[in-house]
Amino acid sequence: MGQVIVITSGKGGVGKTTTTANLGAGLASHGHRVCLVDADIGLRNLDLLLGLENRIVYDLVDVANGYCKYKKALIKSKQFDNLFLLPAAQTKDKTAVRPDQMRDLCEELKQEFDYVLVDSPAGIEQGFQNAVAGAEKAIIVTTPEMAALRDADRVVGLLEAMDKERPMLIINRYRPGMVRKGDMLAIDDMLEILAIDLLGVVPEDEQIVVTTNRGEPAVLDKHSRAGEAYRNITRRLMGEQVPLMNLDDDDGILSRIKRVFGFGAR
Amino acid sequence: MLDLIAKVFGRESPSAEIAKERLRLVLVHDRSSVTPQFLERLKEDLIRVISEYMDIDTETMDVRLSQTEQHAALVASIPVRRVKRVAP
Repeated sequence: MGQVIVITSGKGGVGKTTTTANLGAGLASHGHRVCLVDADIGLRNLDLLLGLENRIVYDLVDVANGYCKYKKALIKSKQFDNLFLLPAAQTKDKTAVRPDQMRDLCEELKQEFDYVLVDSPAGIEQGFQNAVAGAEKAIIVTTPEMAALRDADRVVGLLEAMDKERPMLIINRYRPGMVRKGDMLAIDDMLEILAIDLLGVVPEDEQIVVTTNRGEPAVLDKHSRAGEAYRNITRRLMGEQVPLMNLDDDDGILSRIKRVFGFGAR
Repeated sequence: MLDLIAKVFGRESPSAEIAKERLRLVLVHDRSSVTPQFLERLKEDLIRVISEYMDIDTETMDVRLSQTEQHAALVASIPVRRVKRVAP
């Protein structure tokens, strides 16, 4: 029996879908059977991040309403035989599915898969309610910005009220150089403010743009620093103890050498 | 390096500190789920109960939820005009 984990944030554009795609591919690379559910009905994107946009026939709305069996709607990923996507509908809206239907679907999926990751839409309205309905765990994605952190806190409160397990936090697009200058909130500050457990920190990485362009998750790219962070997060999700990666070398070899020799490099 | 020197000479405080403080304050507000309607109902009930024992000034009474990071307290300031005689 697998587990259902929702990836949510409150605010849009912080990296929910990127996180879902990468953790899915990461878990699949360890041999787990993984199903990714795109719950962002009307604004589907998870298919793009996995390079599967041309293969969609049936979608979440078809399955939730019983028009077809979920197995018919699942799309196998390009990289792994054990990673599947259940795409969102593009022409409907969030009211096309109800929370009880999502609960039933997740219940069914976790019989078949080790991990079911549900990519939540932004916001706290019905789309969010649908996405969290069948999940027992939640990952909250935030960036080191006030608006994202405030919305994350709101979502933590809502999940608490629903008696979900304590959510885990992923801090995305972290820029250690700015933190050193005192111009970006530091990891400890964010954890203190939100008072939840840290699952991982993903540094800002231009390579994400490149891998997304190609429709290949960064977690499979050995040279991507964000990919490295996602590989660590994947292992933590599987229950391993993995220390935080060294985030400090984001600004290149040269500035690292400068720092060692006391040139400040600020 | 230049902005470090600027900071040493006290140009401005690091913006992360400002963000942290602002966020802390706004979350204290966000987290208190008490609406004005809720407080108004509580106030009416308080008046009803206390009036059985005391003659109070409902015009100048003040009821509010005071919240810090660690704890919340219901603060009520209710001027008493006269204590009623109630059978012991």
